[in-house]
Amino acid sequence: MDVVWEHREAIALAFAYTVLLFLIAGVGSTILGTLLAGMRVGPIPVLRWAGAGYVTLVRNTPLVIVIIFFRYAAPKIDLKFNFIDVVIPTGAGDIRLNNIFAACTVGLTMYTAAFVCEALRSGINAVPLGQAEAARAVGMPFGGVMRHVVLPQAFRASIPPLANVQIALIKNTTVAGALGVAEAFVRMRGLINIDATARIPIFIAFAAIFVVLVEIISFAAHRLERRVRVA
Amino acid sequence: MTVQEESAAAPGGTGQPLVRLTGVQKHYGNLHVLKDIELDVARGEVVVVIGPSGAGKSTLCRAINRLETIDEGDIFLDGQPLPQEGKALARLRADVGMVFQSFNLFAHKTVLENVTLGPIKVRKKSKAEADKRGKELLDRVGVGHQAGKYPAQLSGGQQQRVAIARALAMDPKVMLFDEPTSALDPEMIKEVLDVMVDLAERGMTMIVVTHEMGFARTAANRVVFMADGAIVETADPETFFTNPESDRAKDFLGKILKH
Ligand SMILES: Nc1ncnc2c1ncn2[C@@H]1O[C@H](COP(=O)(O)OP(=O)(O)O)[C@@H](O)[C@H]1O
Ligand SMILES: [Mg+2]
Repeated sequence: MDVVWEHREAIALAFAYTVLLFLIAGVGSTILGTLLAGMRVGPIPVLRWAGAGYVTLVRNTPLVIVIIFFRYAAPKIDLKFNFIDVVIPTGAGDIRLNNIFAACTVGLTMYTAAFVCEALRSGINAVPLGQAEAARAVGMPFGGVMRHVVLPQAFRASIPPLANVQIALIKNTTVAGALGVAEAFVRMRGLINIDATARIPIFIAFAAIFVVLVEIISFAAHRLERRVRVA
Repeated sequence: MTVQEESAAAPGGTGQPLVRLTGVQKHYGNLHVLKDIELDVARGEVVVVIGPSGAGKSTLCRAINRLETIDEGDIFLDGQPLPQEGKALARLRADVGMVFQSFNLFAHKTVLENVTLGPIKVRKKSKAEADKRGKELLDRVGVGHQAGKYPAQLSGGQQQRVAIARALAMDPKVMLFDEPTSALDPEMIKEVLDVMVDLAERGMTMIVVTHEMGFARTAANRVVFMADGAIVETADPETFFTNPESDRAKDFLGKILKH
Protein backbone atom coordinates (compact mmCIF):
# COMPACT_ATOMS: atom_id res chain seq x y z
CA MET A 1 0.00 0.00 0.00
CA ASP A 2 3.04 2.24 0.57
CA VAL A 3 3.52 2.97 -3.08
CA VAL A 4 -0.07 4.18 -3.31
CA TRP A 5 0.28 6.47 -0.31
CA GLU A 6 3.63 7.76 -1.48
CA HIS A 7 2.15 8.83 -4.77
CA ARG A 8 -1.16 10.06 -3.43
CA GLU A 9 -0.74 13.52 -4.90
CA ALA A 10 0.05 12.20 -8.34
CA ILE A 11 -2.92 9.85 -8.07
CA ALA A 12 -5.17 12.71 -7.02
CA LEU A 13 -3.92 14.68 -10.00
CA ALA A 14 -4.64 11.76 -12.31
CA PHE A 15 -8.17 11.45 -10.95
CA ALA A 16 -8.58 15.18 -11.43
CA TYR A 17 -8.13 14.53 -15.16
CA THR A 18 -10.60 11.68 -14.95
CA VAL A 19 -13.18 13.82 -13.18
CA LEU A 20 -12.63 16.76 -15.55
CA LEU A 21 -13.03 14.53 -18.60
CA PHE A 22 -16.14 13.11 -17.02
CA LEU A 23 -17.69 16.45 -16.05
CA ILE A 24 -17.07 18.21 -19.35
CA ALA A 25 -18.07 15.24 -21.50
CA GLY A 26 -20.97 14.56 -19.14
CA VAL A 27 -22.45 18.03 -19.52
CA GLY A 28 -21.58 18.20 -23.22
CA SER A 29 -23.08 14.80 -24.02
CA THR A 30 -26.24 15.63 -22.08
CA ILE A 31 -26.75 18.81 -24.11
CA LEU A 32 -25.85 17.22 -27.44
CA GLY A 33 -27.82 14.08 -26.65
CA THR A 34 -30.92 16.13 -25.77
CA LEU A 35 -30.65 18.00 -29.07
CA LEU A 36 -30.25 14.71 -30.93
CA ALA A 37 -33.27 13.24 -29.16
CA GLY A 38 -35.25 16.37 -30.08
CA MET A 39 -34.20 15.90 -33.69
CA ARG A 40 -35.17 12.24 -33.67
CA VAL A 41 -38.67 12.78 -32.32
CA GLY A 42 -39.22 16.11 -34.07
CA PRO A 43 -41.45 16.88 -37.05
CA ILE A 44 -38.71 17.68 -39.59
CA PRO A 45 -37.79 14.62 -41.68
CA VAL A 46 -34.25 15.78 -42.52
CA LEU A 47 -33.42 16.26 -38.85
CA ARG A 48 -35.00 12.95 -37.86
CA TRP A 49 -32.92 11.26 -40.49
CA ALA A 50 -29.74 13.08 -39.46
CA GLY A 51 -30.31 12.23 -35.79
CA ALA A 52 -30.90 8.57 -36.55
CA GLY A 53 -27.83 8.51 -38.81
CA TYR A 54 -25.65 10.05 -36.12
CA VAL A 55 -26.77 7.57 -33.49
CA THR A 56 -26.36 4.58 -35.79
CA LEU A 57 -22.88 5.64 -36.83
CA VAL A 58 -21.48 6.72 -33.48
CA ARG A 59 -23.12 4.18 -31.22
CA ASN A 60 -21.95 1.29 -33.35
CA THR A 61 -18.35 2.49 -33.54
CA PRO A 62 -15.95 1.47 -30.77
CA LEU A 63 -15.09 4.38 -28.49
CA VAL A 64 -11.36 4.02 -29.14
CA ILE A 65 -11.97 4.60 -32.82
CA VAL A 66 -14.13 7.66 -32.17
CA ILE A 67 -11.44 9.19 -29.97
CA ILE A 68 -8.61 8.22 -32.33
CA PHE A 69 -10.56 9.98 -35.05
CA PHE A 70 -10.54 13.27 -33.18
CA ARG A 71 -7.01 12.78 -31.91
CA TYR A 72 -5.28 11.74 -35.15
CA ALA A 73 -7.60 11.86 -38.14
CA ALA A 74 -9.48 15.08 -37.53
CA PRO A 75 -6.33 17.28 -37.56
CA LYS A 76 -5.68 16.00 -41.11
CA ILE A 77 -8.93 17.59 -42.21
CA ASP A 78 -8.07 20.74 -40.30
CA LEU A 79 -10.24 19.97 -37.29
CA LYS A 80 -7.65 20.88 -34.69
CA PHE A 81 -7.88 21.86 -31.06
CA ASN A 82 -4.54 23.64 -30.89
CA PHE A 83 -6.14 26.84 -29.70
CA ILE A 84 -6.95 25.15 -26.40
CA ASP A 85 -4.25 25.29 -23.77
CA VAL A 86 -5.44 25.85 -20.23
CA VAL A 87 -3.07 25.28 -17.36
CA ILE A 88 -4.51 24.83 -13.86
CA PRO A 89 -1.68 24.94 -11.33
CA THR A 90 -2.13 22.71 -8.26
CA GLY A 91 0.09 21.78 -5.32
CA ALA A 92 0.83 18.45 -6.97
CA GLY A 93 1.70 19.90 -10.35
CA ASP A 94 -0.10 21.46 -13.28
CA ILE A 95 -3.29 20.16 -14.81
CA ARG A 96 -2.88 20.84 -18.49
CA LEU A 97 -5.92 20.96 -20.72
CA ASN A 98 -4.39 20.98 -24.18
CA ASN A 99 -5.33 19.87 -27.69
CA ILE A 100 -5.04 16.20 -26.73
CA PHE A 101 -7.33 16.64 -23.76
CA ALA A 102 -9.76 18.55 -25.97
CA ALA A 103 -9.76 15.87 -28.68
CA CYS A 104 -10.46 13.20 -26.08
CA THR A 105 -13.22 15.28 -24.50
CA VAL A 106 -14.87 15.88 -27.84
CA GLY A 107 -14.62 12.17 -28.70
CA LEU A 108 -16.11 11.15 -25.35
CA THR A 109 -18.84 13.78 -25.67
CA MET A 110 -19.87 12.75 -29.16
CA TYR A 111 -19.76 9.06 -28.33
CA THR A 112 -21.73 9.41 -25.09
CA ALA A 113 -24.27 11.76 -26.70
CA ALA A 114 -25.52 8.90 -28.88
CA PHE A 115 -26.32 6.92 -25.73
CA VAL A 116 -27.86 9.92 -23.97
CA CYS A 117 -30.06 10.40 -27.03
CA GLU A 118 -31.29 6.82 -26.93
CA ALA A 119 -31.87 6.89 -23.16
CA LEU A 120 -33.92 10.08 -23.51
CA ARG A 121 -35.77 8.75 -26.51
CA SER A 122 -36.89 5.70 -24.57
CA GLY A 123 -38.11 8.12 -21.89
CA ILE A 124 -39.88 10.27 -24.47
CA ASN A 125 -41.60 7.22 -25.91
CA ALA A 126 -42.81 6.38 -22.42
CA VAL A 127 -44.70 9.71 -22.21
CA PRO A 128 -48.28 9.17 -23.44
CA LEU A 129 -48.99 10.80 -26.81
CA GLY A 130 -51.94 12.67 -25.29
CA GLN A 131 -49.54 14.82 -23.26
CA ALA A 132 -47.90 16.26 -26.35
CA GLU A 133 -51.26 16.63 -28.10
CA ALA A 134 -52.72 18.55 -25.18
CA ALA A 135 -49.69 20.85 -25.23
CA ARG A 136 -50.00 21.39 -28.97
CA ALA A 137 -53.71 22.04 -28.51
CA VAL A 138 -53.02 24.99 -26.19
CA GLY A 139 -50.85 26.47 -28.92
CA MET A 140 -47.33 25.54 -27.93
CA PRO A 141 -44.84 25.22 -30.75
CA PHE A 142 -42.76 22.04 -30.97
CA GLY A 143 -39.95 23.46 -28.82
CA GLY A 144 -42.34 24.46 -26.04
CA VAL A 145 -44.13 21.11 -26.14
CA MET A 146 -40.81 19.36 -25.65
CA ARG A 147 -39.38 21.76 -23.06
CA HIS A 148 -42.41 22.24 -20.84
CA VAL A 149 -44.35 19.00 -21.17
CA VAL A 150 -42.59 16.04 -22.79
CA LEU A 151 -38.97 16.34 -21.66
CA PRO A 152 -39.67 16.95 -17.96
CA GLN A 153 -41.69 13.73 -17.89
CA ALA A 154 -39.34 11.87 -20.20
CA PHE A 155 -36.37 12.97 -18.12
CA ARG A 156 -37.79 11.34 -15.04
CA ALA A 157 -38.32 8.05 -16.83
CA SER A 158 -34.82 8.39 -18.30
CA ILE A 159 -32.88 9.02 -15.09
CA PRO A 160 -31.94 5.37 -14.47
CA PRO A 161 -30.73 4.73 -18.04
CA LEU A 162 -29.06 8.17 -18.11
CA ALA A 163 -27.20 7.33 -14.91
CA ASN A 164 -25.97 4.14 -16.56
CA VAL A 165 -24.75 6.16 -19.51
CA GLN A 166 -22.83 8.52 -17.24
CA ILE A 167 -21.37 5.61 -15.26
CA ALA A 168 -20.15 4.12 -18.51
CA LEU A 169 -18.70 7.53 -19.38
CA ILE A 170 -16.59 7.84 -16.25
CA LYS A 171 -15.13 4.42 -16.90
CA ASN A 172 -14.67 5.23 -20.56
CA THR A 173 -12.47 8.20 -19.64
CA THR A 174 -9.69 5.64 -19.21
CA VAL A 175 -9.59 5.34 -23.00
CA ALA A 176 -8.32 8.93 -23.08
CA GLY A 177 -5.29 7.65 -21.19
CA ALA A 178 -4.37 5.42 -24.09
CA LEU A 179 -4.16 8.56 -26.20
CA GLY A 180 -2.04 10.79 -24.04
CA VAL A 181 -4.13 12.25 -21.22
CA ALA A 182 -2.52 11.49 -17.88
CA GLU A 183 -5.70 10.27 -16.28
CA ALA A 184 -6.11 7.61 -13.62
CA PHE A 185 -5.44 4.56 -15.76
CA VAL A 186 -2.15 5.97 -17.04
CA ARG A 187 -1.05 6.77 -13.52
CA MET A 188 -1.94 3.25 -12.41
CA ARG A 189 0.24 1.75 -15.12
CA GLY A 190 3.00 4.15 -14.12
CA LEU A 191 2.87 3.10 -10.50
CA ILE A 192 2.88 -0.57 -11.41
CA ASN A 193 6.03 0.11 -13.42
CA ILE A 194 7.64 1.74 -10.38
CA ASP A 195 6.76 -1.11 -8.07
CA ALA A 196 5.58 -4.28 -9.77
CA THR A 197 5.33 -6.19 -6.48
CA ALA A 198 2.61 -3.79 -5.33
CA ARG A 199 0.49 -4.64 -8.34
CA ILE A 200 -2.47 -5.93 -6.36
CA PRO A 201 -2.76 -3.08 -3.82
CA ILE A 202 -2.35 -0.50 -6.57
CA PHE A 203 -5.03 -2.21 -8.58
CA ILE A 204 -7.37 -2.37 -5.59
CA ALA A 205 -6.76 1.29 -4.71
CA PHE A 206 -7.63 2.49 -8.21
CA ALA A 207 -10.62 0.18 -8.46
CA ALA A 208 -11.84 1.43 -5.08
CA ILE A 209 -11.62 5.06 -6.18
CA PHE A 210 -13.60 4.26 -9.33
CA VAL A 211 -16.18 2.44 -7.23
CA VAL A 212 -16.53 5.50 -5.02
CA LEU A 213 -16.92 7.81 -8.04
CA VAL A 214 -19.53 5.56 -9.62
CA GLU A 215 -21.38 5.29 -6.32
CA ILE A 216 -21.46 9.09 -6.12
CA ILE A 217 -23.11 9.19 -9.56
CA SER A 218 -25.61 6.51 -8.57
CA PHE A 219 -26.42 8.33 -5.36
CA ALA A 220 -26.91 11.62 -7.20
CA ALA A 221 -29.18 9.90 -9.72
CA HIS A 222 -31.21 8.41 -6.91
CA ARG A 223 -31.65 11.74 -5.22
CA LEU A 224 -32.61 13.37 -8.50
CA GLU A 225 -35.16 10.68 -9.23
CA ARG A 226 -36.78 11.23 -5.85
CA ARG A 227 -36.83 14.98 -6.31
CA VAL A 228 -38.52 14.99 -9.70
CA ARG A 229 -41.02 12.30 -8.76
CA VAL A 230 -44.53 13.05 -9.93
CA ALA A 231 -46.90 13.19 -7.02
CA MET B 1 -67.20 47.60 -53.84
CA THR B 2 -70.17 47.53 -51.56
CA VAL B 3 -70.08 47.92 -47.82
CA GLN B 4 -71.45 44.43 -47.44
CA GLU B 5 -68.54 42.86 -49.27
CA GLU B 6 -66.10 44.77 -47.18
CA SER B 7 -67.49 43.53 -43.90
CA ALA B 8 -67.62 39.97 -45.19
CA ALA B 9 -63.93 40.10 -46.00
CA ALA B 10 -62.89 41.58 -42.68
CA PRO B 11 -61.61 39.04 -40.18
CA GLY B 12 -63.78 38.85 -37.12
CA GLY B 13 -66.74 40.19 -39.05
CA THR B 14 -70.01 38.90 -37.71
CA GLY B 15 -71.54 37.92 -41.03
CA GLN B 16 -69.43 34.83 -41.57
CA PRO B 17 -69.32 31.49 -39.78
CA LEU B 18 -66.70 31.16 -37.07
CA VAL B 19 -65.74 27.70 -38.29
CA ARG B 20 -66.19 26.67 -41.90
CA LEU B 21 -65.28 23.36 -43.49
CA THR B 22 -65.68 23.00 -47.24
CA GLY B 23 -65.00 19.94 -49.34
CA VAL B 24 -62.83 18.35 -46.64
CA GLN B 25 -61.43 14.94 -47.56
CA LYS B 26 -59.12 12.74 -45.56
CA HIS B 27 -57.82 9.22 -46.01
CA TYR B 28 -55.93 6.87 -43.76
CA GLY B 29 -54.38 4.67 -46.42
CA ASN B 30 -57.35 3.14 -48.21
CA LEU B 31 -59.82 4.24 -45.58
CA HIS B 32 -61.77 7.33 -46.61
CA VAL B 33 -62.27 8.73 -43.13
CA LEU B 34 -63.69 12.19 -43.97
CA LYS B 35 -65.88 12.35 -47.06
CA ASP B 36 -66.56 15.74 -48.59
CA ILE B 37 -67.37 17.42 -45.29
CA GLU B 38 -69.32 20.71 -45.47
CA LEU B 39 -69.96 22.34 -42.11
CA ASP B 40 -70.49 25.90 -40.95
CA VAL B 41 -70.62 26.78 -37.29
CA ALA B 42 -71.84 30.26 -36.42
CA ARG B 43 -70.49 32.39 -33.60
CA GLY B 44 -72.09 31.31 -30.34
CA GLU B 45 -73.55 28.18 -31.87
CA VAL B 46 -73.40 24.78 -30.13
CA VAL B 47 -73.16 21.87 -32.51
CA VAL B 48 -73.36 18.29 -31.31
CA VAL B 49 -71.72 15.67 -33.49
CA ILE B 50 -73.12 12.22 -33.04
CA GLY B 51 -72.61 8.92 -34.81
CA PRO B 52 -71.37 5.36 -34.50
CA SER B 53 -67.83 4.53 -33.46
CA GLY B 54 -65.43 4.86 -36.36
CA ALA B 55 -67.61 7.43 -38.12
CA GLY B 56 -64.77 9.95 -38.17
CA LYS B 57 -65.99 12.26 -35.40
CA SER B 58 -62.65 12.44 -33.62
CA THR B 59 -60.84 12.93 -36.89
CA LEU B 60 -63.16 15.83 -37.71
CA CYS B 61 -62.48 17.48 -34.36
CA ARG B 62 -58.76 16.98 -34.67
CA ALA B 63 -58.75 18.34 -38.20
CA ILE B 64 -60.28 21.61 -36.97
CA ASN B 65 -57.22 22.43 -34.88
CA ARG B 66 -54.98 20.59 -37.28
CA LEU B 67 -53.85 17.83 -34.95
CA GLU B 68 -54.62 15.88 -38.13
CA THR B 69 -53.90 17.15 -41.62
CA ILE B 70 -56.49 16.90 -44.36
CA ASP B 71 -55.96 15.75 -47.96
CA GLU B 72 -58.32 18.14 -49.69
CA GLY B 73 -60.70 20.97 -48.97
CA ASP B 74 -60.45 24.01 -46.74
CA ILE B 75 -61.01 24.78 -43.10
CA PHE B 76 -61.46 28.39 -42.03
CA LEU B 77 -61.43 29.75 -38.53
CA ASP B 78 -62.86 33.22 -38.21
CA GLY B 79 -62.44 33.73 -41.93
CA GLN B 80 -58.79 32.70 -41.98
CA PRO B 81 -57.63 29.45 -43.58
CA LEU B 82 -55.83 27.11 -41.19
CA PRO B 83 -52.09 27.73 -41.41
CA GLN B 84 -49.95 24.81 -42.55
CA GLU B 85 -47.45 24.80 -39.70
CA GLY B 86 -45.11 26.78 -37.51
CA LYS B 87 -45.90 29.86 -35.42
CA ALA B 88 -49.13 30.71 -37.26
CA LEU B 89 -50.49 27.23 -36.64
CA ALA B 90 -49.56 27.41 -32.96
CA ARG B 91 -51.40 30.75 -32.75
CA LEU B 92 -54.47 29.20 -34.34
CA ARG B 93 -54.43 26.32 -31.90
CA ALA B 94 -54.26 28.78 -29.02
CA ASP B 95 -57.62 30.13 -30.23
CA VAL B 96 -59.22 26.69 -30.39
CA GLY B 97 -59.83 24.99 -27.06
CA MET B 98 -59.74 21.20 -27.08
CA VAL B 99 -61.07 18.80 -24.49
CA PHE B 100 -60.09 15.16 -24.93
CA GLN B 101 -61.86 11.99 -23.95
CA SER B 102 -58.89 10.98 -21.79
CA PHE B 103 -58.41 14.47 -20.19
CA ASN B 104 -54.67 14.55 -20.98
CA LEU B 105 -53.81 16.83 -18.08
CA PHE B 106 -50.07 17.48 -17.78
CA ALA B 107 -49.13 14.78 -15.30
CA HIS B 108 -46.07 16.57 -13.89
CA LYS B 109 -47.87 19.87 -13.23
CA THR B 110 -50.27 20.83 -10.47
CA VAL B 111 -53.88 21.57 -11.32
CA LEU B 112 -53.21 25.31 -11.25
CA GLU B 113 -50.04 24.94 -13.33
CA ASN B 114 -52.03 22.96 -15.87
CA VAL B 115 -54.33 25.92 -16.29
CA THR B 116 -51.62 28.61 -16.32
CA LEU B 117 -48.98 26.97 -18.51
CA GLY B 118 -50.59 28.00 -21.80
CA PRO B 119 -51.39 31.59 -20.74
CA ILE B 120 -47.83 32.08 -19.45
CA LYS B 121 -45.89 30.37 -22.23
CA VAL B 122 -48.14 31.04 -25.21
CA ARG B 123 -50.08 34.19 -24.31
CA LYS B 124 -47.06 35.62 -22.45
CA LYS B 125 -49.13 36.65 -19.45
CA SER B 126 -47.43 37.32 -16.14
CA LYS B 127 -47.54 34.52 -13.61
CA ALA B 128 -49.58 36.62 -11.19
CA GLU B 129 -52.14 37.44 -13.84
CA ALA B 130 -52.33 33.84 -15.05
CA ASP B 131 -52.66 32.53 -11.49
CA LYS B 132 -55.48 34.92 -10.72
CA ARG B 133 -57.45 34.02 -13.82
CA GLY B 134 -56.58 30.34 -13.40
CA LYS B 135 -58.01 30.29 -9.90
CA GLU B 136 -61.16 32.04 -11.08
CA LEU B 137 -61.66 29.42 -13.77
CA LEU B 138 -60.96 26.54 -11.40
CA ASP B 139 -63.55 27.99 -9.02
CA ARG B 140 -65.99 28.32 -11.87
CA VAL B 141 -65.68 24.62 -12.76
CA GLY B 142 -65.80 23.71 -9.06
CA VAL B 143 -62.26 22.46 -8.44
CA GLY B 144 -60.74 25.62 -6.95
CA HIS B 145 -59.86 23.85 -3.70
CA GLN B 146 -57.78 21.26 -5.62
CA ALA B 147 -55.46 23.82 -7.22
CA GLY B 148 -52.31 22.52 -5.54
CA LYS B 149 -52.88 18.84 -6.26
CA TYR B 150 -51.55 16.76 -9.12
CA PRO B 151 -53.94 15.34 -11.74
CA ALA B 152 -53.45 11.76 -10.56
CA GLN B 153 -54.90 12.76 -7.17
CA LEU B 154 -58.21 13.85 -8.75
CA SER B 155 -61.26 11.87 -9.86
CA GLY B 156 -61.97 11.60 -13.57
CA GLY B 157 -64.78 14.12 -13.38
CA GLN B 158 -62.55 16.60 -11.59
CA GLN B 159 -59.77 16.05 -14.09
CA GLN B 160 -62.08 16.71 -17.00
CA ARG B 161 -63.32 19.91 -15.40
CA VAL B 162 -59.70 21.02 -14.96
CA ALA B 163 -59.14 20.21 -18.64
CA ILE B 164 -62.07 22.47 -19.54
CA ALA B 165 -60.63 25.24 -17.35
CA ARG B 166 -57.25 24.75 -19.03
CA ALA B 167 -58.82 25.25 -22.45
CA LEU B 168 -60.86 28.27 -21.26
CA ALA B 169 -57.76 29.92 -19.82
CA MET B 170 -56.60 30.56 -23.37
CA ASP B 171 -59.75 32.59 -24.09
CA PRO B 172 -60.54 30.44 -27.12
CA LYS B 173 -62.89 31.49 -29.89
CA VAL B 174 -64.30 27.99 -30.13
CA MET B 175 -64.17 24.88 -27.95
CA LEU B 176 -63.95 21.34 -29.30
CA PHE B 177 -65.02 18.45 -27.09
CA ASP B 178 -64.25 14.91 -28.19
CA GLU B 179 -66.46 12.57 -26.14
CA PRO B 180 -65.64 14.43 -22.92
CA THR B 181 -67.72 12.13 -20.72
CA SER B 182 -67.10 8.75 -22.36
CA ALA B 183 -64.24 7.83 -20.03
CA LEU B 184 -66.15 8.82 -16.88
CA ASP B 185 -68.06 6.81 -14.32
CA PRO B 186 -71.80 7.54 -14.58
CA GLU B 187 -71.93 9.54 -11.36
CA MET B 188 -69.33 11.98 -12.68
CA ILE B 189 -70.88 12.62 -16.07
CA LYS B 190 -73.35 15.17 -14.80
CA GLU B 191 -70.75 17.39 -13.10
CA VAL B 192 -68.91 17.72 -16.41
CA LEU B 193 -72.05 18.21 -18.48
CA ASP B 194 -73.20 20.93 -16.08
CA VAL B 195 -70.00 22.85 -16.72
CA MET B 196 -70.51 22.45 -20.46
CA VAL B 197 -74.12 23.60 -20.33
CA ASP B 198 -73.03 26.65 -18.35
CA LEU B 199 -70.42 27.36 -20.99
CA ALA B 200 -73.00 27.10 -23.75
CA GLU B 201 -75.30 29.46 -21.90
CA ARG B 202 -72.49 32.00 -21.68
CA GLY B 203 -72.36 32.03 -25.47
CA MET B 204 -69.28 29.94 -26.17
CA THR B 205 -69.08 28.47 -29.66
CA MET B 206 -68.83 24.73 -29.16
CA ILE B 207 -68.45 21.61 -31.27
CA VAL B 208 -69.20 18.65 -29.07
CA VAL B 209 -68.84 14.99 -29.98
CA THR B 210 -71.10 13.22 -27.52
CA HIS B 211 -73.85 10.67 -27.21
CA GLU B 212 -75.37 12.47 -24.25
CA MET B 213 -78.84 13.24 -25.55
CA GLY B 214 -79.69 15.25 -22.48
CA PHE B 215 -76.88 17.64 -23.25
CA ALA B 216 -77.81 17.82 -26.93
CA ARG B 217 -81.41 18.63 -26.09
CA THR B 218 -80.54 21.21 -23.44
CA ALA B 219 -77.63 23.01 -25.03
CA ALA B 220 -77.28 22.22 -28.71
CA ASN B 221 -78.56 24.39 -31.54
CA ARG B 222 -77.91 21.68 -34.05
CA VAL B 223 -77.12 17.99 -34.24
CA VAL B 224 -74.83 16.69 -36.96
CA PHE B 225 -75.09 12.96 -37.56
CA MET B 226 -72.00 11.30 -39.05
CA ALA B 227 -71.56 7.79 -40.39
CA ASP B 228 -68.75 6.23 -42.43
CA GLY B 229 -66.88 9.50 -42.70
CA ALA B 230 -69.76 11.54 -44.08
CA ILE B 231 -72.29 13.95 -42.62
CA VAL B 232 -75.51 12.07 -43.19
CA GLU B 233 -77.99 14.39 -41.58
CA THR B 234 -78.19 17.76 -39.84
CA ALA B 235 -81.17 18.83 -37.76
CA ASP B 236 -82.19 20.65 -34.62
CA PRO B 237 -81.96 18.31 -31.60
CA GLU B 238 -85.69 17.82 -31.09
CA THR B 239 -86.27 16.88 -34.72
CA PHE B 240 -83.22 14.66 -34.85
CA PHE B 241 -84.06 12.63 -31.77
CA THR B 242 -87.79 12.32 -32.36
CA ASN B 243 -87.98 12.20 -36.11
CA PRO B 244 -84.68 11.39 -37.82
CA GLU B 245 -84.73 11.41 -41.60
CA SER B 246 -82.10 8.88 -42.63
CA ASP B 247 -82.23 5.16 -42.06
CA ARG B 248 -78.68 5.27 -40.68
CA ALA B 249 -79.74 7.73 -37.99
CA LYS B 250 -82.89 5.75 -37.16
CA ASP B 251 -80.84 2.61 -36.86
CA PHE B 252 -78.21 4.33 -34.71
CA LEU B 253 -80.75 5.98 -32.40
CA GLY B 254 -82.55 2.68 -32.04
CA LYS B 255 -79.33 1.16 -30.76
CA ILE B 256 -78.37 3.87 -28.29
CA LEU B 257 -81.91 4.27 -26.97
CA LYS B 258 -82.28 0.58 -26.27
CA HIS B 259 -79.80 0.49 -23.39
N1 LIG C 1 -54.09 7.38 -36.95
C1 LIG C 1 -54.91 6.56 -37.63
N2 LIG C 1 -54.44 5.71 -38.56
C2 LIG C 1 -55.25 4.90 -39.25
N3 LIG C 1 -56.57 4.85 -39.09
C3 LIG C 1 -57.13 5.67 -38.18
C4 LIG C 1 -56.32 6.56 -37.40
N4 LIG C 1 -57.13 7.26 -36.57
C5 LIG C 1 -58.39 6.81 -36.82
N5 LIG C 1 -58.39 5.86 -37.78
C6 LIG C 1 -59.56 5.21 -38.33
O1 LIG C 1 -60.40 6.21 -38.88
C7 LIG C 1 -61.75 5.90 -38.61
C8 LIG C 1 -62.41 7.07 -37.92
O2 LIG C 1 -61.83 7.21 -36.64
P1 LIG C 1 -62.36 8.27 -35.58
O3 LIG C 1 -62.31 9.62 -36.19
O4 LIG C 1 -61.57 8.07 -34.34
O5 LIG C 1 -63.85 7.84 -35.38
P2 LIG C 1 -64.86 8.16 -34.19
O6 LIG C 1 -64.25 9.22 -33.34
O7 LIG C 1 -66.10 8.61 -34.88
O8 LIG C 1 -65.08 6.89 -33.46
C9 LIG C 1 -61.78 4.63 -37.82
O9 LIG C 1 -62.05 3.56 -38.70
C10 LIG C 1 -60.38 4.52 -37.27
O10 LIG C 1 -60.01 3.18 -37.12
MG1 LIG D 1 -63.71 9.16 -31.33
